Amino acid sequence: MKKNTWKAFTAWVNGTAEESRPLRREAGQSAHEKHPLFHLNEEMRVRLFRWEYRAVALIVCLTVVAVLLFTVFHLPLFGEPNNPAVNEVVERYVEKGLEETGAVNMVSGMILDYRAFDTFGESSVLFLAVTSVMMLLLRDEKNISAEEDIQEAHERIIEKEASDRILQKVVSLVMPCIFLFGIYVVLNGHISPGGGFSGGAIMGAGLILYGSAFGTDKVREIFTMKTFRRITSSALLCYAASKAYSFYTGANGLPTGIPLGTPGAIFSSGLILVLDICVGMVVACTMYGFYVLFARGEI
Amino acid sequence: MQAFLEKAVSLRFEIAAVVLFGIGFMNLLLQNNLIKKIVAFNVMDSSVFLFLASQGYIEGRMAPIVQNGVTDASQYVNPIPAGLVLTGIVVSVSVSAFFLALVQRLYKHYHTVDFDEIMMMAKKKVD
Amino acid sequence: MQPIYYNIPFVCIFLCMVGGITMPLQKNGQTALRTTVAVCLAVALLCGGLAGILYAREESFVYQMGHFPAPWGNELYVGPLEAMLTAVFALVMAMSILGGRQTFMEDVLPPKQRFYFTMMCMILASLLALSFTNDIFTGYVFIEISTLAACAIVMARDTEKTIAATIRYLVISLLGSGLFLIGLALLYCVTGHLLMPQLLTRVQLLSLAGGYHVPLTVVCGLLAIGMGIKSAMFPFYAWLPQAHGGATTSSSAVLSGLVLKGYIIFLIRIFYRVFSISVVRSLSIMDILFVFGIAGMLLGSVMAMREEHIKRMLAYSSIAQIGYIFMGIGLGTDAGIVAAFFQILSHAVTKPLLFLSAGRLSEIRHHEKSLYRLRGTARSDRLAGVGFTLGGLSMIGIPLLTGFTAKFFFAEAAVVGGLRMWAAILALAVSSVLNALYYIPAIIAIWSRPAEEYEELRTPNRGFAVAAVVLMAGVVLLGTAAGPVLRVIRMGLSML
Repeated sequence: MKKNTWKAFTAWVNGTAEESRPLRREAGQSAHEKHPLFHLNEEMRVRLFRWEYRAVALIVCLTVVAVLLFTVFHLPLFGEPNNPAVNEVVERYVEKGLEETGAVNMVSGMILDYRAFDTFGESSVLFLAVTSVMMLLLRDEKNISAEEDIQEAHERIIEKEASDRILQKVVSLVMPCIFLFGIYVVLNGHISPGGGFSGGAIMGAGLILYGSAFGTDKVREIFTMKTFRRITSSALLCYAASKAYSFYTGANGLPTGIPLGTPGAIFSSGLILVLDICVGMVVACTMYGFYVLFARGEI
Repeated sequence: MQAFLEKAVSLRFEIAAVVLFGIGFMNLLLQNNLIKKIVAFNVMDSSVFLFLASQGYIEGRMAPIVQNGVTDASQYVNPIPAGLVLTGIVVSVSVSAFFLALVQRLYKHYHTVDFDEIMMMAKKKVD
Repeated sequence: MQPIYYNIPFVCIFLCMVGGITMPLQKNGQTALRTTVAVCLAVALLCGGLAGILYAREESFVYQMGHFPAPWGNELYVGPLEAMLTAVFALVMAMSILGGRQTFMEDVLPPKQRFYFTMMCMILASLLALSFTNDIFTGYVFIEISTLAACAIVMARDTEKTIAATIRYLVISLLGSGLFLIGLALLYCVTGHLLMPQLLTRVQLLSLAGGYHVPLTVVCGLLAIGMGIKSAMFPFYAWLPQAHGGATTSSSAVLSGLVLKGYIIFLIRIFYRVFSISVVRSLSIMDILFVFGIAGMLLGSVMAMREEHIKRMLAYSSIAQIGYIFMGIGLGTDAGIVAAFFQILSHAVTKPLLFLSAGRLSEIRHHEKSLYRLRGTARSDRLAGVGFTLGGLSMIGIPLLTGFTAKFFFAEAAVVGGLRMWAAILALAVSSVLNALYYIPAIIAIWSRPAEEYEELRTPNRGFAVAAVVLMAGVVLLGTAAGPVLRVIRMGLSML
């Protein structure tokens, strides 16, 4: 036995051994075969493993729920004004928010001024998501077969010929309203409920509606890959530049020189309006981008 | 017993959130269908948003938008959880989109959305 | 007016993020690669300089992001330790990109190469932000950035196998982020703060008064497990081998060497700056981490021994190395955490060296990956062979190399007496032997004569040569001149 192992080892070192490493592989397999539990075919073993996995996962999940439920009963009561979450932070956001950020909508003031770094990160997450979806779904030789190309061409022809008159008429009536509303929500983010994210989502939905009624080719006449890339990148760069300016001046105690304006007016609250517009553009493009990438694999 | 029930009623949103979190978590682990996994992920994230939103609420106060020039902290609910939820929603939308794109590609390759089957088939592929 | 170098962390984070945003506008993959390497090197230079300054002045500082101070606005906290870690990370990232360039160009289709570098820049940004941030919610956002970007660089190779590996990675990461997020929500609910210094004072007040003991314990556990899942702590490692073993060479190096570490650093910062280490010690979280760490050290190596595929073998070895880090944290002493930080640095240099060398070795055999078919490749590219050998020997723990020094620090830290000491020392010894059992055969295999003739690629790879020399220098330097590094770690830890 010992000699055999040594022989196998030298053979393996000299490169004359069989391809699968004889020392471990076969030893392991024979052990499996001897044991009655492993004297099952591949499928049975996999099924057994699945049941084990399920049992363990179920226990883990139940423990998580039980622990969390137990914890919840130790939390402060719902809706009480003297909960630990209501502290000096909230007080300042509410009482000084208008004066310091110029935003009537305190949530906008908070996410775009007090805690703007988070929001920058969050817009980057969106940008990353659309970039990674592009990596996955943009058409190239790895993910589209010739068969699918033919099917795709067929669909396009159908889309062009069998276009729905009623849908198109309604969409061309509704579209301007949707866009106007989206722009309104973006521009009024600091004085009423709304902001870049919600307004951008509305505009994105409008683009998707247009794209599905008239076909994405029609949208491509004004909105190509190039414009998409330019809009998202430049909006984010604009966001980064304005926030970098405000972080730099804030950290070094310099004045910004940006007037806050009268609260309640559209042109007020300094950079928040600019940031809302940037975020709105990124979100609108991203939403539409997701739609066409999933539908067609190109923008 | 009555004290316990009163507490449970008062904490109803938190309890619901935690139960939903459990449902989402369990399905994310146990569902074999990848689309259902995505749904489970969204349930899980939404439950956290419910939890956060319920932390922001204070009985009898207004939404955090200055009205009639009143800037008294005792008039408005807590604006912070709203901001956190907003960030969380964007993150979860992005992750869902990425997840769906992956599933679409996997379906093209393996012609199934069954997680276990995909893993079995992937094991046999060489790289 | 504060000193000008206080701005460096903020500038670095924005440099990476702006770099990432502009990548899709670059002309082609080549220019994007050059820009990314330039960004990484600039960050490495700036952070290295910052580490030097902070070490010389023995100071750490808080940088206010915006016009509002602590409980209201975001903040960064930077000490010499964080600056040094990020400098090393940025340098390693530049080297990983350079070293895997040739394979990358073949693996990823030209129109999609630019997007890959967006991900790389964002990973560096998230590593910086996780090391610097003073706000746990910002931490959460950057954890998600890191997750998405990491998944994207796994699937960049776009084979059927890597996409399947990515989905597994994504699912498990999402479980981790979900646990982290609900932990964060609970923490906000009982403290009402999101910034670390304020959280620390609140948690200490609560632990003195005995209020909310249950929620705090649960939160600590949830945050630790959430981060543990993302950094492949022992029972949650299942996603790692396929993801790290299947990705393109640069991705494997970055994922194994850096991405896992970002989460661990953030976890240690939470322990120190939110809960304070004394409270964490009293919560018995440390025991769990210690046990998981030791289990990971042993089982990771055992699984690596059974592996034929060279990159998957290295990936399993990463599980073992992460186990070392968690064992160090689990010791609960300052010395243990110092050793864990040293291991983070040491593994961040060694594992990319191994992955890049393995990638180069398989590149000259036209992307063969099984150890059997890589036999004798080191003779064709001696530099890659030397790199793999040096990395492997360091992992085993040969003196003068960084792996030995790290193990030495762990052993030193383990001398606390009691059961833990014996368990830790035994685990270190066994794990070293296990490491030797798979690294030495692999090293012998690549240097021995092949059984049959293979057609080999003979073009030199200058990018790899630069990367290998720099990383080898790093392995030797960290092994021989660990003193200054150790002093920086100790100083940084005392300031945390």
